[in-house]
Amino acid sequence: MSGSHADMSKHVKMYLGVLSALFVCTILTVYASTVNMGHATNMTVALLIAAFKASLVAMIFMHLKWEGSKIIWITLALCALFFSLLLFLPMLTTTGLPASTVYSSWG
Amino acid sequence: MSAGVLPYTVETHPVTGVYSGKLGTWLFLASEVMLFGGLFSAYVLLRVGAPEGTWPTREEAELSWKIGGFNTLTLIISSVTMVMAWASLKMHNFAKARIYLIITVLLALLFITLKLSLEYYPHWHEGLKPSTSVFFACYYTMTGLHALHILGGVVVMLYFIGPGASLWKTDPEHYTNRIECTGLYWHFVDLVWIFLFPVLYLMN
Repeated sequence: MSGSHADMSKHVKMYLGVLSALFVCTILTVYASTVNMGHATNMTVALLIAAFKASLVAMIFMHLKWEGSKIIWITLALCALFFSLLLFLPMLTTTGLPASTVYSSWG
Repeated sequence: MSAGVLPYTVETHPVTGVYSGKLGTWLFLASEVMLFGGLFSAYVLLRVGAPEGTWPTREEAELSWKIGGFNTLTLIISSVTMVMAWASLKMHNFAKARIYLIITVLLALLFITLKLSLEYYPHWHEGLKPSTSVFFACYYTMTGLHALHILGGVVVMLYFIGPGASLWKTDPEHYTNRIECTGLYWHFVDLVWIFLFPVLYLMN
């Protein structure tokens, strides 16, 4: 990323734009949680908005939009893969089991 | 290059394409994703597997979305002030960058103060402890670990506002890179909260 004064001024405007977008998305998250769309849909909508907010932070504030280093993208891709595995593994292992099974070891 | 001086703190490494501090920070953040990912995974497992009626409702959990939402906005603003500190350094304005760093620290302390005084303290006195339920065990673990990360960030920022700032006089580019790495960590802390807020405050 170029560090010239003019470029940085453009960046500052972009940061303020992202700040506004994050504010709006936070309000939207709270509003969406008050609309009864069913538990699963509510959860999906909230997580989708959170994912959008997270991508804005990562791309603009963490400068990934301008990141050209392959090793960082490879690190992030592996990270995303294992994170997805971590999230979906419990769902896969509990699918079809009675709800109480998960808690059976808790006594 | 003299012995004992770390190479590639400013210039780009020919193999990785970035300065070494940045690569190190990203690798550290990848390990952090795994740490919080494990906790989110445990939460999902316990939430999905909870027998009907055993998971507390939003009212029973007594977590105010207003406090959680306010804290979300606090962290978002602190992320902006952090990146503005870095942008100010890129524009060779150290005084402005220092002010932005101080504001970031103050916002972080506001977050912690609100968390302790309006959530942890009253909850604890009402008997809502980690041993109360699986939900509260998850809640205290996840938000507690996140709060510790915030405190860690505050310590690093205070160092760069105070004694670490002398590097700006001798090697401004190196100092700017250090602030960029601190920023990467800080944005990650913000990013974790972006997920914690809806999961813990809005989804019961």
